[in-house]
Amino acid sequence: MSLIEVENLTVAFGERRVVEDVSFTLDRGETLALVGESGSGKSLTALSLLRLLPPGAVATGQIRIDGRDVLGMPERELRNLRGGKAGMIFQEPMTSLNPLHRIGRQVAEAVSLHTKATLPRDALRRRAMTLLEQAGFPDATHRLDAFPHQLSGGQRQRVMIAIALANDPALLIADEPTTALDVTIEAQILALLDAQKAARGLGLLLITHDLGIVQQHADRVAVMKAGRIVETGEVGQLFARPQHPYTRMLLAAEPKGGPPPLPLNPAPVIAAESVGVHFAIRRGVLRRAQGHVRAVDDVSLVVRQGETVGLVGESGSGKTSMGFAMLGLEHAEGRILFEGQDIAHLPERRLRAMRADMQIVFQDPFGSLSPRMTVEEIVAEGLRVHERGLTAAQRHAKVAAALAEVGLPENALERYPHEFSGGQRQRIAIARAMVLEPRFVVLDEPTSALDRSVQTQIVDLLRRLQADHGLAYLFISHDLRIVRALAHRIIVLRRGRVVEEGPAEEIFENPQQDYTRALIAAAFEGKAVLDVDEPGPSFVE
Amino acid sequence: MTTAPLAARRGRLSPLNRRRLVAFRAHRRGFYSLWIFLGLFGISLFAGFVANDRPLVVRFEGKTLFPIFTDYSEDRFGPDFMPTEADYTDPDVAKAIRAHGWMIWPLIPFSYDTTVDNLGRAAPSPPSWRNWLGTDDQARDVLARVIYGFRISVLFGFTLTALASAIGVLAGAVQGYYGGLTDLFFQRFIEIWSGLPDLFMLIILSSIIAPSFWVLLLFLLLFNWMNLTGVVRAEFLRGRTLDYVRAARALGVGDFAVMRRHILPNALVATLTFLPFTLSGSVTILASLDFLGFGLPPGSPSLGELISQGRNNLQAPWLGLAAFGVLGGTLILLIFIGEAVRDAFNPRKTGFR
Repeated sequence: MSLIEVENLTVAFGERRVVEDVSFTLDRGETLALVGESGSGKSLTALSLLRLLPPGAVATGQIRIDGRDVLGMPERELRNLRGGKAGMIFQEPMTSLNPLHRIGRQVAEAVSLHTKATLPRDALRRRAMTLLEQAGFPDATHRLDAFPHQLSGGQRQRVMIAIALANDPALLIADEPTTALDVTIEAQILALLDAQKAARGLGLLLITHDLGIVQQHADRVAVMKAGRIVETGEVGQLFARPQHPYTRMLLAAEPKGGPPPLPLNPAPVIAAESVGVHFAIRRGVLRRAQGHVRAVDDVSLVVRQGETVGLVGESGSGKTSMGFAMLGLEHAEGRILFEGQDIAHLPERRLRAMRADMQIVFQDPFGSLSPRMTVEEIVAEGLRVHERGLTAAQRHAKVAAALAEVGLPENALERYPHEFSGGQRQRIAIARAMVLEPRFVVLDEPTSALDRSVQTQIVDLLRRLQADHGLAYLFISHDLRIVRALAHRIIVLRRGRVVEEGPAEEIFENPQQDYTRALIAAAFEGKAVLDVDEPGPSFVE
Repeated sequence: MTTAPLAARRGRLSPLNRRRLVAFRAHRRGFYSLWIFLGLFGISLFAGFVANDRPLVVRFEGKTLFPIFTDYSEDRFGPDFMPTEADYTDPDVAKAIRAHGWMIWPLIPFSYDTTVDNLGRAAPSPPSWRNWLGTDDQARDVLARVIYGFRISVLFGFTLTALASAIGVLAGAVQGYYGGLTDLFFQRFIEIWSGLPDLFMLIILSSIIAPSFWVLLLFLLLFNWMNLTGVVRAEFLRGRTLDYVRAARALGVGDFAVMRRHILPNALVATLTFLPFTLSGSVTILASLDFLGFGLPPGSPSLGELISQGRNNLQAPWLGLAAFGVLGGTLILLIFIGEAVRDAFNPRKTGFR
């Protein structure tokens, strides 16, 4: 008898079936990866295992955990199952911890909820400490009384793991456990899950969209598409000989190739000279500055015509602040020369006239488009500012041409952003930037909110636009696989400072710094090479 | 996903607003309250045609006269009359007109300041066929006063609400969008300003200048624009860090356009939701000032003044009941409308944002 047996599971919201006829099994000591793109129903499948579906969703079929029927289980027994026999880890570790309670108490609560006899206080505390240590939480003895906001993302996820392991579960469900984390931390967390699985003989159900993780950490894979499992198999077999066309498409979705060749003697478009971005820490009634966080510290870079500079680093490394500073959207020290003119200290009014030449594409295509405007209004907004002479018909033609260039259908014009998928929305955001015919574009993680197969399409689009228009890109990303496909030169940032910089091939082939090596190992091999400590949320000078 | 042709799509409501309209209609109580309120307000706007002490039309010696629009001198209707403004309620004048033509009276042949003659008893007189809601202690028709009083209350409320909301939204927008020191000083200013006792200030004012509609409005405006600033400020503080707002700034869109086009629509949801409640609050403020005697000039038709008459003449309960009915009814209608608006703008009930 397997640990989990799922037969013909169907989840429906009213008439709409989002999971259809799903069957799989999971044994103890085994990792099953449930893989699919967003909207494929993999998270709902996982939630229905513990009957945690959102209101309105109805699950039918058979789910047995340890031989017990879950869907017909009385509430009492269900409560013992959740957090007792089965632990669960969610994607967003900040929102899954209670911000008002100390972490020690939250771990202890998970223990005491499922033990019949009431343990004495210090025994509970010791147990919480052991669990946090097992979860690899640094300095667990002293930080039991920390609040969640005092921890970094990886540390919070370790607390979540400690809670999930509190009652010696037989099953651990991990729903995208590392998506919100940096690559080096991701590798550490996955290594921890592997170790705990081996030590406790856990059955691990790993839900992810990242095939790299699957290849490194899973025993078997089930590929989901549009609510159905299209293919299952051993990891080695599935990666070597994928049967279903969708699986093949997913495997081929890795961004390939390199950036387009540079023009001869490219002219510099924008140059930053020892730029710093400081945020004041204000305290007290008068809000006097008590110190500064140096988000960006003494960074210099040049982007030339037709060239992509990859700005690489983990969250908190200051790469986004640097990107904003380059556009004059963030107050910066030092000099930023756009075609010879220093824009760092230009008044906002003068800067506004130059904005047509330098544009930005944001990370989140859902947040960067106003939900109240049609696509035409969104793309035309910049034209209204910079090309006031255009008639309505000319503007319409320009917008239509820009949308055609990014590969959107003509009828997209009068629709609203919510009618589009994530990839299409990002195309709209790119069209909004391109319609002004800029010379320099900051790409702030434009692919990180998208599915892997869509990422490849966006990368292709960006490369084509660059080749056609000779654009200069500053490509900000933590994802080295995408950076490799786009960047000519790479700058590695850590805590606001440049760690290493050079031509892309050199950095990838022969990284000089330990930190760069760790990033590359984590991104391409899923290995936790170096025990990189995370910068906590507060590093103050 | 339907793709309507461009022309058909323009001029129609956005899907979100269409959904809101449906939600508003689904709130039947609020929906009907809106129509009843609009109907009553529409009638009261034409109060001059409904309750007036002049006839609508007079036919006199082959000529058609409209006393409701034009003043005619009394000696026009006969050689015995004085060359003063015609008083059509005078039995002699009426007799003279009837002799050479006819006249049509409004439904209620009294204006708010008409003193009713021949009551047959001391004012206030109880409801009768002639005065449907009775008369007040100065022998004026209560129904006529209530109609005019409703009009002035609602108009006052509308004007005060519109101006106060406009100023409040503007102040909140500036605070939230620019933040920093602007925000800091503006907030402290509001804290001090809202600490001023507005009722005492008003009492002091009324002893210096005689309050009129506009003076009163201006003065209440000074103390009532702060209701919305907090909400709007919060919305702008949140709004200026939204990605699409930053994207607009990166496009070079000016501050004012960014505020108006990108952040204000978000803040307007809160404003519109507050609107009916602010309106009912303004109506109450005016009524209470009138009740205390610091409101509109004496003789104006006012619901608050009627309430205070009701208190002074407990033997005449129709005064208090009429005032209570009209004021209470108005407030209830406004609250019901407000509830429906609130539901319509509730993102949990109307889906996506």
